[in-house]
Amino acid sequence: MLSRVAESIYWMSRYVERAENVARFIGVNLTLMLDSSDRDQQWRPLVNTTGDHADFEKRYKVATEENVLLFLTFDRNNPNSIISCLRAARENARSVREIISSEMWLQLNTFYLKVNDAATGAGMDSAHDFYTDVKLSSHLFTGITDATMTHGEGWHFCRLGRKLERADKTSRILDVKYFILLRSVADIGTPLDDTQWAAVLRSASAFEMYRKRHGSISPKGIVQFLLLDSEFPRAIRFCLNAANDSLHAISGTPLDKATNTVEELLSGLCSGLASAGVDEVINAGLHEYLDNLQDQMNLVGTGIFETFFAKRVREPDKKTATDRTQ
Amino acid sequence: MYSANRATHFMKFRDYNLEGFFDEMIGENGNPRASVRHLARNLEALPEGELIRRQKSADRALVQMGITFNVYGESAGVEKTLPFDLVPRIIAAEEWKRIEVGLKQRIEALNLFIDDIYHDQKIIRDGVVPTHVIASSKGFRKQCIGMKPPRGVWCHITGTDLVRHSDGQIYVLEDNLRCPSGVSYVLENRHLMKSLFPEVFAASNIRPVSNYPLRLRDVLEYLAPDSISSPRVVLLTPGVFNSAYFEHSFLAQQMGIELVEGSDLVVSDGYVWMRTTKGFERVDVIYRRIDDDFLDPEAFRPDSMLGVPGLMEVYKAGNVALANAPGSGVADDKVVYAYVPRIIKYYADEEPILPNVPTYICDEAKDLAYVLTNLSELVVKAANESGGYGMLIGPHSTKEQCADFAKRIKADPRNYIAQPTLALSRVPTVVADHLEGRHVDLRPYILCGRDIFVMPGGLTRVALKKGSLVVNSSQGGGSKDTWVLADDTTKDADIHAREATMSQAQSLGADA
Repeated sequence: MLSRVAESIYWMSRYVERAENVARFIGVNLTLMLDSSDRDQQWRPLVNTTGDHADFEKRYKVATEENVLLFLTFDRNNPNSIISCLRAARENARSVREIISSEMWLQLNTFYLKVNDAATGAGMDSAHDFYTDVKLSSHLFTGITDATMTHGEGWHFCRLGRKLERADKTSRILDVKYFILLRSVADIGTPLDDTQWAAVLRSASAFEMYRKRHGSISPKGIVQFLLLDSEFPRAIRFCLNAANDSLHAISGTPLDKATNTVEELLSGLCSGLASAGVDEVINAGLHEYLDNLQDQMNLVGTGIFETFFAKRVREPDKKTATDRTQ
Repeated sequence: MYSANRATHFMKFRDYNLEGFFDEMIGENGNPRASVRHLARNLEALPEGELIRRQKSADRALVQMGITFNVYGESAGVEKTLPFDLVPRIIAAEEWKRIEVGLKQRIEALNLFIDDIYHDQKIIRDGVVPTHVIASSKGFRKQCIGMKPPRGVWCHITGTDLVRHSDGQIYVLEDNLRCPSGVSYVLENRHLMKSLFPEVFAASNIRPVSNYPLRLRDVLEYLAPDSISSPRVVLLTPGVFNSAYFEHSFLAQQMGIELVEGSDLVVSDGYVWMRTTKGFERVDVIYRRIDDDFLDPEAFRPDSMLGVPGLMEVYKAGNVALANAPGSGVADDKVVYAYVPRIIKYYADEEPILPNVPTYICDEAKDLAYVLTNLSELVVKAANESGGYGMLIGPHSTKEQCADFAKRIKADPRNYIAQPTLALSRVPTVVADHLEGRHVDLRPYILCGRDIFVMPGGLTRVALKKGSLVVNSSQGGGSKDTWVLADDTTKDADIHAREATMSQAQSLGADA
């Protein structure tokens, strides 16, 4: 597969996943607001979750509901807003239309056009419906991808991008929310707190699955579930395991081996999460743990670029040339 | 001349007025021509409002499928869909046979001409084409002198523009031998029509066009060096911002070949390679959709960022094939066009089957004088422009515009030709809830490899603006499906083609 094509597929799926996560964060927050007396206090953490607070401060200053929604949804100058993500995803898809299935293109194009219509004020009835629709459209895209694209190299790049993005977003929501919530330790056990904790889980569509696994809601249980669970599909460990599978499938390396530094790095992260205990993570400092994890995931991203996408100068290779002419 | 201008028997055509033009669907007596009766009856039987509903459904499908082209010089919303009109243009089997033979004759002669120009130049020495016309043709590449393209073919893919005048005669308007575009619309339009008018397709004998990508791939593979048993063919695009990007990606997908940009390719060790996630792989044939100028900065324009440095050296050494061959554009010049009837006569010793539009060559003193005094009745074209740019339509222009063109022609007569303003034929076209006549042209596609193949059909472009004669997509044109009707002699070939397409679709796992 062409390096450029692999890169476009990888970013296409990362951007769709990113748009979905932003929509999920916002959707949960909108519902949460209904139970809150101090509405505008609740919106700043959302900007922090996306990591774009500097840009937001500069251009918007006050984190009102209106400002944050605009910034995260329709602001074309914010590269991580829903509309910018979908635009980037679509541009990437457009450059690999002959590789992905036409159903995938059709869905992504329709998805983008719909959000674009909403951005111009047409066809957006309720905010809640809109964000639900974005989430569903992303799920549909992922489902179509799995059902219509050959599960070969291209599909694995798609999955690699999606899982890394999802792991990154889950780690951010956990980091931001955990930090915020632990500040009000005195409130633990009060009704508001339960709502807030439930919201953290809902931000990762994890509420019901968490209930089934752990029953009552506790900070420790949440960390265990979102960070270390091996079966919940938005848990960091689950995502990185899947990313690792795809990474190895791309190069054809068995899972227990590594043929390049990025395979080594990602395998290392996975075994680290497999052996980590939730108490030890919390005692050592969850924030520090997640910070380090994010650095490592960034290195994986760089490693993928270096290994598969970067245009290096070709070394003459006479063997390949003669092999093909025989 | 036209005894009955109104097609009174058909409700959808109730106010349809021929206005003195040749109509592809309605005869001079106001009734549908024999070959289109079936369609006309079907259109007529559509319930009130159904025509416009289907038209809207087609428009929506185009946007959703993202079948778009980019318009140069427009920054906001650069992507546009090519408007599609759902009334097809129909060509009877007999008439198509003549067109097909005429196009084959023309391409054969043009290939001989290009080869001659880059080798012995006999046609110049024999005084048929003046040397300065060739030397000053923008498509002439001195780098190609003495070059021997694989299998001796220069021009593998041609799109020839045909028009019908009010005399009923089909004329060749121009030859596109560089990177003719539009064939993807032919295929998509047909696909769309089948979903919009399944009942008409079932009952008509329409020749299929869907095997074009397979044919094209055959031609491209035929060009690979003999030593390669399963050649790697790629399509080279300038990238996603090019106006024809959709087509590049579509054709690559339909042919099952890799779509590459210049930066994906590298020349090393005397071969062309593409950079993949698993290292470098050799490329044997390149269907390039980049003009000569940008193909290789070492051979042509040094500032090109789109091409592949060193590509021409590999090509000359016979280690990679390019389609069309660099330098083919020499015959794409509008002044050279004026000589094509003489070129056909010279190489084939035959009269051209498809006539040229009568053309005044401003470079010749007598013609120049005529052109300058009759500007307001002529169409003037710059020799090397395309897409409807650099053109004057005398009868539709102001005095100032004519004066401006007169100045330009006098300054550079070699660069201009003029033709009488043709009354292009028309086809009924959906306007609001009824049909009106709009002017059309036709671009059939011709493939030249082991033999010459003319796709049965082509791109019918339609000037959607009332009265307009400019059909180019960049100037408010749209397109229509083109139906070439089958008869007993074409049936076998088409059945064979259909089977070939099906087996290809199966091997690609596609459901198209």
